[in-house]
Amino acid sequence: MPDAPGLELILAEINRENPGAVLDTSYDREQAALIIDPAKLIEVLTWLRDTPGQEYTFLSSVHGADYFPKAPRFAVHYELLNRERYERLRIKAIVANPEDPEELPVVPSVVELFPTADFQEREVYDFFGIVFEGHPDLRRILMPEDYVGWPQRRDFPVGGEPVIFTRDEVTNPGWWQ
Amino acid sequence: MARMEDTLHDRELRQAGTLRDEEITVADFTAELSDRVPGVEFELEPEQEMLTVNMGPHHPATHGVLRLVVDLEGEVVKDLKPVIGYVHTGIEKSCETMQYWKVIPFVERMDYLSYFFNMQAYVGAVETLVDLEVPRRAQWLRVLHMELNRIHSHLVWLGTTALDLGAMGVYFYCFRDRDRVLDTFEMSTGQRMHTRYFQIGGVAEDIPAGFEQKVRELIVQLNTGISQYESLLDKNEIFLIRTKDVGVVSRERLLQLGVTGPLLRAAGDPWDLRKEGGYLAYPELEFDVPVGTVGDGYDRYRVRLTEMRESLRIIEQILDGLPEGPWIADDRKYALPPRAELSTSMESLIHHFKLVTEGFRVEPGEVYNPVESPRGELGCFVMADGSSKPARVHFREPSFINLQALADMTIGEYVADLIQTLAMLDPILGGIDR
Repeated sequence: MPDAPGLELILAEINRENPGAVLDTSYDREQAALIIDPAKLIEVLTWLRDTPGQEYTFLSSVHGADYFPKAPRFAVHYELLNRERYERLRIKAIVANPEDPEELPVVPSVVELFPTADFQEREVYDFFGIVFEGHPDLRRILMPEDYVGWPQRRDFPVGGEPVIFTRDEVTNPGWWQ
Repeated sequence: MARMEDTLHDRELRQAGTLRDEEITVADFTAELSDRVPGVEFELEPEQEMLTVNMGPHHPATHGVLRLVVDLEGEVVKDLKPVIGYVHTGIEKSCETMQYWKVIPFVERMDYLSYFFNMQAYVGAVETLVDLEVPRRAQWLRVLHMELNRIHSHLVWLGTTALDLGAMGVYFYCFRDRDRVLDTFEMSTGQRMHTRYFQIGGVAEDIPAGFEQKVRELIVQLNTGISQYESLLDKNEIFLIRTKDVGVVSRERLLQLGVTGPLLRAAGDPWDLRKEGGYLAYPELEFDVPVGTVGDGYDRYRVRLTEMRESLRIIEQILDGLPEGPWIADDRKYALPPRAELSTSMESLIHHFKLVTEGFRVEPGEVYNPVESPRGELGCFVMADGSSKPARVHFREPSFINLQALADMTIGEYVADLIQTLAMLDPILGGIDR
């Protein structure tokens, strides 16, 4: 893992080429993370992947996070890995929830850079409603295709989904309506 | 051309003039069609016709509820799309409603063949979050059970894969030996599957008397067993033809697709988190990482079989050098006090009550904890928000990621080999869908 000073160096180098790309760093419980502006996501990941000395060429995992009730609310985490030095680095693209409830938060897709992100971005879209701009096939992956709602959001209730049993007809006639 | 015997139906057709003895070629057929329908030229080029076949969701060879939409040209796969989610149960969401220590049984049930690994990924992440040291004996006991679990998982894989290729006997032998592994789990943890053995801070219980003897007997039996599978399959002409040079994807492409585990090692990359990450007791143990050369189905089979032997080596070393000491951390804020203390110590009683009713609170933070499961890198991401329940639990399931490589492995090959390639991928749908 890059330690706290190492992270500051990475921040300075990225921000020299893309000012304002890295907003902050965090080093907590031996886990290093860069907090970045989602608009510069592709530039930051390309730099980390291709710059000699960095070479985070393997994308382990992509997952969404919901910091509700904090704002900005959502984040997409990219767990990068350097296989030679066995160093892990987490990139957190922080994205706010649009004020219009009809709109969804948007993050650029990294499938071009890391083909492994394909299913994982679909999963984040499925559960958090974060749209990945440029994804070749952005559909729901685990939930049914006609499902309405974003189940992993923190304000989505557990048990909000009615469970349909035929025995409910006795106590609750017309349960299917 | 005389026929041996005509059915009644054939005779009727011949009398009506619609059945002919000579062979009809495609050209004849299209010419006749064009004759019958004036003004339309019929063309039929069979090699350009695409057929979309739906494999699954209920198909015995998909090893679960997996649906594959396959585009075929003749017998050659031209495109393949996996459709998943049929057994999605929302485990990650359910974890957010449970206290940290009550999440363990949930995560065990994701990938139902590698429950000890799921537990270790989750429990390790929580231990990092609360900065809890696991006693040495507990670390060794965890590795012992994880390696037994790896053998159990590979045995189920080998049995079902051989069954897909028509070797039915191997299936029964594998499940015989798998049952023996489950017997040891039953002895040490009380359950055959989904044991809930790992606790935050250690393991639930020390191993019972006689367990070591039982595992030593198991090692002998398994060594014989693995030799038996090798002699059944290694020189089996059908097995060799079906697996050699089938489903090859280059190592670079596999890395781009995020594939880890035996699939990557079969392609010649000695990537094993037990060596690289060095978690638990693995740095103290001696074992080798088997790699393949070509990356075909046969290499995947060889790598997994050799891995079982290496796991036996690790288990033997653990039985020889198991350190004495406590098996769960002494920190009463996170680990339950021993039962005997409850009747003598008021403080223990309070701790017990607090842990069971409210659980423990975790300072805000995020941890990603990867382990090497039988299918590759199994990572658990846990986000804490200061309460006694996790704000997010996410699993990086190796089956889920590896499934993306299936299209690359099968496009351009025969549909019959698709079964073999899918079996060699070793997908567990409980893990994919979560």
